[in-house]
Amino acid sequence: MSFLSLLARNRLALAGLIVIGIVVLLALLTPWLPLKPPNVTDTSNRFQPIFSDGALLGTDHLGRDLLSRLMWGTRLSLAVGFAAALVAATLGAAIGIVAGYYGGRTDNIIMRGVDMLMAFPYILLALAIVAALGPGLLNALIAVAAVNIPFFARNIRGITVGIAHKEFVDAARLSGMSNTRIILSEILPNVIPVIVIAMSTTVGWMILETAGLSFLGLGSQPPVADLGSMLGEARSALITNPHTSVVPGVMILIIVMAINLLGDGVRDALDPRLKSGALNRPLPATMVARDRQPAPAQAEGILTLSDLQTQFHVKDKVYRAVGGVSLSVKPGECLGIIGESGSGKSVTALSVMGLVASPPGVIAGGSVRYQDQELIGAPYGTLRSLRGREVAYIFQDPLATLHPLYRVGDQLIEAIKCHRPIGRAEGRRKAIELLEAVRIPNASARIDDYPHEMSGGMRQRIGIAMALANDPEVIIADEPTTALDVTVQAQVLSLLDDLRRERGLAIVFITHDFGVVAQLCDRVAVMYAGRIVEEGATRAILDAPRHPYTARLMACVPELGGGKRRLEAIPGLPPVVSNLPEGCAFAERCTRVQGDCRKGEIPLENGVRCLHPVTYQEAPA
Amino acid sequence: MNAPALRLTDLSKTFPLGRKMFGKSGPGVRAVHPVTLDVPQGETLGIVGESGCGKSTLARMLVGLLDPTTGTIEIEGEALDNADPALFGKRIQYVFQDPISSLNPRKTIRQIMEAPLKLLHGMNRAERAKRISEIFDTVSLREEFLDRYPHEFSGGQAQRIGIARALAAQARILILDEPVSALDVSVQAQVLNLLADLKAQLGLTYLFISHDLAVVEAVSDRIAVLYFGSVVELGRAEDVFRAPRHPYTRLLANSAPVVGRALTAPEGRETELPDPLDPPKGCAFRARCPFATEICGTAPPPLEDKGSGHLAACYHPLDAAQI
Repeated sequence: MSFLSLLARNRLALAGLIVIGIVVLLALLTPWLPLKPPNVTDTSNRFQPIFSDGALLGTDHLGRDLLSRLMWGTRLSLAVGFAAALVAATLGAAIGIVAGYYGGRTDNIIMRGVDMLMAFPYILLALAIVAALGPGLLNALIAVAAVNIPFFARNIRGITVGIAHKEFVDAARLSGMSNTRIILSEILPNVIPVIVIAMSTTVGWMILETAGLSFLGLGSQPPVADLGSMLGEARSALITNPHTSVVPGVMILIIVMAINLLGDGVRDALDPRLKSGALNRPLPATMVARDRQPAPAQAEGILTLSDLQTQFHVKDKVYRAVGGVSLSVKPGECLGIIGESGSGKSVTALSVMGLVASPPGVIAGGSVRYQDQELIGAPYGTLRSLRGREVAYIFQDPLATLHPLYRVGDQLIEAIKCHRPIGRAEGRRKAIELLEAVRIPNASARIDDYPHEMSGGMRQRIGIAMALANDPEVIIADEPTTALDVTVQAQVLSLLDDLRRERGLAIVFITHDFGVVAQLCDRVAVMYAGRIVEEGATRAILDAPRHPYTARLMACVPELGGGKRRLEAIPGLPPVVSNLPEGCAFAERCTRVQGDCRKGEIPLENGVRCLHPVTYQEAPA
Repeated sequence: MNAPALRLTDLSKTFPLGRKMFGKSGPGVRAVHPVTLDVPQGETLGIVGESGCGKSTLARMLVGLLDPTTGTIEIEGEALDNADPALFGKRIQYVFQDPISSLNPRKTIRQIMEAPLKLLHGMNRAERAKRISEIFDTVSLREEFLDRYPHEFSGGQAQRIGIARALAAQARILILDEPVSALDVSVQAQVLNLLADLKAQLGLTYLFISHDLAVVEAVSDRIAVLYFGSVVELGRAEDVFRAPRHPYTRLLANSAPVVGRALTAPEGRETELPDPLDPPKGCAFRARCPFATEICGTAPPPLEDKGSGHLAACYHPLDAAQI
């Protein structure tokens, strides 16, 4: 979406834009408007009221035309305010970028200087600067700009520190760029949006500060008008002739309100998080929009998915992330779902408990049955009571799923408390039991650790303990070992394997690693472009894959012990799920493709969705 | 014999702890213990190790992004000055792990590709255009990509662009820091094969860093295993995991999930790495090692030849018969 249409979505910001646009336009046109000269006194006509002849807004204490003074004053105030903002932003950003980029001692010295500047009350500081330089509009501008530099410097420094450690900055350095060039061509373009946001929210404030200094007689000098000095001069006649103060006062109000509304809009429109929909609060459960209620499938296992379809509706596109998946898992069984990124394996898993973020996610069809209960379209209360208690999740990155500020024990107790009341002491006892169950050594001491005090493998054990907290029947593990080192991965896998045997857990294990599937899973489903292309007993599929995709994907995986060699690759990329081809989604990359592969719906028959599957005779041993 | 492409002598890195405003800071954390290593011309040296073993720190020192605490780097017989990354740039280049974040989101691919040509080689516009089209041809990227922005590319394509940028500098040594771990397997193989082709065509020397043992084994001539900042084993690729001499290497090899091997937890004991703030006195692997004896606690074992050029840092190396 373009910047303007994003901005226009915010009605108040649009109003602000229109108002400030008109004010700026009038201020720019002032020299050519048929106005009386603003500084010519005519004491015989002083304090004319509003709407009197020849003076639309009346006259002030020296008989000067208020309309004319208002227009010229606005012009001056806007110019000074914008100039101050520009100066403050430029200097502040320069200081911030230098401090953030060089870091270390440079950063320390600069930022402590900025802190000192910030420690003064701003108006006192501005007064002190003007007192040192002498009154005058230019000096007021300098004072206002100086007072606002720290704000920009701190803001921009923070952003720069983040960018300076990105890999592309290292890459630029290796391309032979000097520090100056890196700052100008790599860092600056990435901080400009932040500078613009900071400016748009502070211009109004700076206009107000300039007016304040002028009001005190330290800014524009008589007879030249700006909004602040007009207010200051009208102060003595506030009771007798209020219109002389009201006129500039209203103008200040209009300008500052309009700029602030616009500034908020600009900030929201430029903020990248807004574009990706982060400000839309997701619903507590995924939206369901099924055309028809599916016939209740006979429950084969404890958890049964039939023809599940989950889509993402983004703007006018529909991404069919999951395009009709049927699965079932029995107690004590481990079902593997394997696929590459974007194949829909995680979305399938999240759809089960309605955890796909909505908007943009929508469950567009199919059913999920837990025991005898339909989960798709179930009321939120039902889903909530089942989440964690009957069906629990283990996620990929335990550092991201554990709260960094709470002790792991408290988080475990909280997970239990969600579903049943439990006392402090009993909760603690249960939490220690759980930690022991996931084989954390010295559990009664580690229970008081914070997540950052544990290693990656320990944290993932906590993640598993949390999933076990309410003795669920089904665990859905979404790449639980991908972020772990191999030695730790082996331990976590054997832990999961033991747990399912001891407790009769049904595990749905999502991964991209055939080695992991081979070691842990009884059955496996291979996903490609949102659908299952092959399904069956792990041994059978690994020994003799029948779908060409499975066979080729397995050939891509280098196995330890094979020595130096050339690896198999699958040319091309998976199709985008917003624009799936007719027929087989793999046809484009398949060597066995024939004319009928690109037509119609290809069913999943005998565990394989292929018209020309690899046969045993020709399959390499 | 020619000078090796890359020679490290006692290269080490210690990160200072709690920088103080005045006075000297404490002893610091040793991320890389002194490493001495030769990489001959045209070799691929694989470096494996788990997270926190210092492999990225080592790589960043080699390209001048970090200053080494001690030691020297020689490239093709010439010592390198540590101060100037641009000087490094022409001799040794780096391919980053995350292909997308190593490209500036606000620059077109053309701008990204031109920087090394302009700054390192001072080429004019026409020369640059010609060179870029040559390089894009080599890595099989289409020239129409040049005017697009990084976010428009898939991971595999972005990694090709990253490789193209490294090639543009015309360095003869490439440090590949987990170049395929952010990619899907089917795409991973495309990139690995491209790297193999480039090496054959251009006579490059690679330092291939990865945590994936099978990938490292498939691409490397020799493999160095890193543990807690030290090289614990160094040998020919076909030997290191088939017949490991260091117990840690054997643990690694047994942990990798392999189709057709039953699931066993390879060790029951505490698997924490040693605390870098309080490093152990002797062998860093001692606490996890089933063969540890008293001597292991006295001093770190030196990296020695345990027969036919297979080096290991262990007082009780496994012998080939034991496996």
